[in-house]
Amino acid sequence: MAQHKINYLSEAGLPVALTTVDKLVQWGRSNSLWPMTYGLACCAIEMMATGASRYDFDRFGTIFRASPRQSDVLIIAGTLTKKHSPFMRRLYDQMTEPKWVISMGSCANTGGMFNTYATVQGADRIIPVDIYLPGCAPRPETLQYALMILQKKVRTEAASRKLKPKRLV
Amino acid sequence: MMRKYVEKKNLQNKPYHTDRFWVAPQVPKEDVASDEVFAKDLEELKENFDIKEAYIQRGQLVVYISANENVEVLTFLKHQLDYNFLTELSAIDWLEKRGEFEIFYQMLSTSKRKRLRIKFFIKQKREIRTVSNVFKSADWGEREMYDMFGVIITGHHYMKRILMPEDWYDHPLKKSYPLQGDEEASWYEIDKIFGKEYRDIIGPENRDSSRVDENDTYNFARIHHEVPFGEKPSKEIVETDYQEEGGVFLIKSLKKADSVILKERP
Repeated sequence: MAQHKINYLSEAGLPVALTTVDKLVQWGRSNSLWPMTYGLACCAIEMMATGASRYDFDRFGTIFRASPRQSDVLIIAGTLTKKHSPFMRRLYDQMTEPKWVISMGSCANTGGMFNTYATVQGADRIIPVDIYLPGCAPRPETLQYALMILQKKVRTEAASRKLKPKRLV
Repeated sequence: MMRKYVEKKNLQNKPYHTDRFWVAPQVPKEDVASDEVFAKDLEELKENFDIKEAYIQRGQLVVYISANENVEVLTFLKHQLDYNFLTELSAIDWLEKRGEFEIFYQMLSTSKRKRLRIKFFIKQKREIRTVSNVFKSADWGEREMYDMFGVIITGHHYMKRILMPEDWYDHPLKKSYPLQGDEEASWYEIDKIFGKEYRDIIGPENRDSSRVDENDTYNFARIHHEVPFGEKPSKEIVETDYQEEGGVFLIKSLKKADSVILKERP
């Protein structure tokens, strides 16, 4: 007779978890959100600080990637100029589905104080944005919080969500 | 120091900033004879070139030359008078007042410890010759001058826009250029990325930065504090949690009540 027979019901509970495929996939996705390093201005400093040891994005499974092909999240950190806007759109298009966008800071949200001819008045004019982060620049905690909110959002989505074309502003 | 209180009621009717087009008074000009070094330099310049006006302002010599002699004057200054740096060059827009651009070259002599400014006027759409063969630093300066003012420079080896995109319309540092851009500028990224047809889908009202939308009170409100237009948001504190109620599999759930704020870093 096997000596190692374990009484699952009395020890640590059944090693079985019941869930749906959707939830499992999205749970996996939410814990490996890889953002693209996309620093455009001073917000990039805060983004780098969030990724570094003190705030430590790695513990959320968030590792910055230098390529749009490998990343799921686009953190627009800084002022988006009109000259740069086609490149941003191209990089967004190069990212594989599913993808999410965090618009970080006032400049990326609305153009901020740069209400001028050369600045895009909000990144949502060219790409659909999931989360807007207020602040100039937002603290690392804010970015962390935004990421956790995004994780929650990802978990509630269906794994094979139908992509609704978002209307740009 | 307290700033003087200005009545700001009824802003829509009358602007409270009355001196919007204030023009700074001219810095007093001194005679060139007051400075020995400059007087000698100017004498030599006058022997060789057509000098229209010269004076000293804030200890710097300002010399007006004729527009077609700019390369020769700068070459002379560099080799004969030892003004070895071209620190800055650009244009000033006087189109409204006199229909001309004023071009200036700011020079520095490290041996004499003197600064000198060469100036001349050119009509709009008239060309000037490049000085980038004399001073390498003029290369980008001239490109910027072309980009920002539309001053055309001949003989430059790479006459392209330096700051604005190449298909940009107009030159943005001209006084006649609106700060928030002309129509071409406001649609630039849409035209480029989605095509001109997309303008109709977005609608021109969305390009007006001063437009007030009824939904703004909803769109720009704090989360859980959205109210209809005209109503005041409540001050009630709503806790937004970033984890679902049942917790997340394998992820520690935060117990806010148990968390401690450390006074000192361990």
